[in-house]
Amino acid sequence: MTESSQDEKIEILTHSEVSEVKGFVGNFDVTIRKKARYINETKCTGCGDCIEKCLTFAPNEWELGLGKRKAVYKPFAQGVPNVPVIDRQVCGHFTTGLCNVCSKICEADAIDYAQEDEYITEKFGTIIVATGFDQFDTGVYGEYGGGRFKDVITGLHLERMLDTSGPTGGHVIRPSNYKEAKRVVFIQCAGSRDEAKGVPYCSRICCMYTAKHAIILKDHVPDSQSYIFYIDIRTAGKNYEEFYKKAQREAGAVYIRGRVAKVYEKGDQLVVRGADTLTGEQIEVEADLVVLAAAAVPRDGAKELAKILNIPHDTYGFFSEAHPKLQPVESVTKGVYMAGACQFPKDVPDAVATTGAAAIKACSILSQDELTIDPKIAYVDPEVCSGCLNCLQICPFDAIRTEVVDGKEVASIVQSLCHGCGNCASTCRTKAANVRGFSDDQIYAQISAPLFSKGGEER
Amino acid sequence: MKVLTRQEDVHQFRDEILALSGEDSSHCVQCGKCTASCPIAPEMDLKPNQVLRYIQLNSSKPVLQCSTIWLCASCETCSFRCPEGIEIAIVMDTLRKLAIEEDLATGQKQIVAFDEIFLDSIKRYGRVYELGLVMRYNMASRQPLKDAHLGPLMLGKRKLSLLAHRIRGRATVREIFRRSKRFLGK
Repeated sequence: MTESSQDEKIEILTHSEVSEVKGFVGNFDVTIRKKARYINETKCTGCGDCIEKCLTFAPNEWELGLGKRKAVYKPFAQGVPNVPVIDRQVCGHFTTGLCNVCSKICEADAIDYAQEDEYITEKFGTIIVATGFDQFDTGVYGEYGGGRFKDVITGLHLERMLDTSGPTGGHVIRPSNYKEAKRVVFIQCAGSRDEAKGVPYCSRICCMYTAKHAIILKDHVPDSQSYIFYIDIRTAGKNYEEFYKKAQREAGAVYIRGRVAKVYEKGDQLVVRGADTLTGEQIEVEADLVVLAAAAVPRDGAKELAKILNIPHDTYGFFSEAHPKLQPVESVTKGVYMAGACQFPKDVPDAVATTGAAAIKACSILSQDELTIDPKIAYVDPEVCSGCLNCLQICPFDAIRTEVVDGKEVASIVQSLCHGCGNCASTCRTKAANVRGFSDDQIYAQISAPLFSKGGEER
Repeated sequence: MKVLTRQEDVHQFRDEILALSGEDSSHCVQCGKCTASCPIAPEMDLKPNQVLRYIQLNSSKPVLQCSTIWLCASCETCSFRCPEGIEIAIVMDTLRKLAIEEDLATGQKQIVAFDEIFLDSIKRYGRVYELGLVMRYNMASRQPLKDAHLGPLMLGKRKLSLLAHRIRGRATVREIFRRSKRFLGK
């Protein structure tokens, strides 16, 4: 990250979001909202004095609430640029108007409480969407505690705990009493493969990260024991099955095939009741910590972003590829590519692979002098066009613009955006719009050929 | 219901079997190939894969009390076909030994008696003495006249003999018994 932030050809705009995209491949006009961070980026040296002296605390989102952060903070240590941001919602200056400690302490005079959101519009050739995924809210599962038990956490929480620079310094603790967790029960498919309460698809990543957690847990706490309730173990990937076996054999993880019906408190421990479908019996496991493998779901706001970018998404909100096999990183809008888990849940190797593919696709289209497109696209005959512009409303790809020909405003097709769907052609009252190769006359001729003989008699 | 408590070492039974037989039941992925291959599986109360599953879950009692380990014919089809290379027939053998030691083979007294009489016959004569085996087994199972009507027929056809045949290398056979007992730590 630091390397790319120092590259003169790469500009990183953090704390910013795309608010509008106009134009087409090679000529995107993108409006970006740079949110106010209340700190002057050019002045700030990243010394961190303001963070140290800040008096207000808030739950740390990066640590999923397991730790605290200050009101002026950097989300995580390695983040770029090395400039903090002030959280307006909790900062004493904005909530009470009394505090200005950070402003006083800053030697670079970089604190700027008056900073406002800034909108910049720039031209871009191609766009790569890499907005990632969110975790499913497992609170819907009353049987797993529904958020009532502090010691029922998600895989991401455990991931933070296992991080030596994380909130617990690498110790796996029970959030209820901060004691070390020795018996950990993992519950797979918390949201995934559940049409009633969650999502119907398999989240793909949970089987492997749970195996990883079991192995690391054994490494950190040698006298720990993990139990993993699962429906199926899906280890499709290079060396994945071997890794899963390592979790069983070397880390001693006990895999129990069956879903969990209930998690309840007994004394100061949790008891997990599930089924072992391999023996056909109920089973109970005493646990210190229960870890839910929450489903991977699209990011909040993914559907809104799809609207801005004019790319389709599936029913869940994952962005759709132009072709599932042959165009796996392209969206149907030319020049917009997808990388990583914004498309569907992906593990690290898959995300890296699709990111590379998207990058090379985006570069290759820009390295050409001319754009090659499908010939079967629409065209408008300006002499026939009445200028009603009904086609403008109906085009799903926003590929129709207006132009003035001989003093008359008529429709015109942006060739690089048109997909040849034919909606404009069927809407056009004057038959000015047609799809190349599929004009009305050509289609009539195709229908007539089998129905009529050469003389025009019905066959 | 099986309850996996804090005090219990979930790998204890697996480790015991591993130490006795050299076979690691936790390698079993529960594919069911052993059960699919077993010619006697329909008669068993626990299927062979379930036996391994109970070992994985540290449930020794259902395994040592089941009929499966006694019905197992040691044909070794399961061992031969197991994709994980577990010698399931050897695991079954080990379980039989443990069941006798812990006096849990209560439901299978006749099978245990037959095995003992059979082996005793081998030990004495170097081969099976059919008539002696049948009579001793019938006495042990308290049904002295069971199949008695077949006796004269088989005698007539020379399938049974009144006296035991003894093989020449009886000392060698006895040595095998002595060594295997020593191997099992007795």
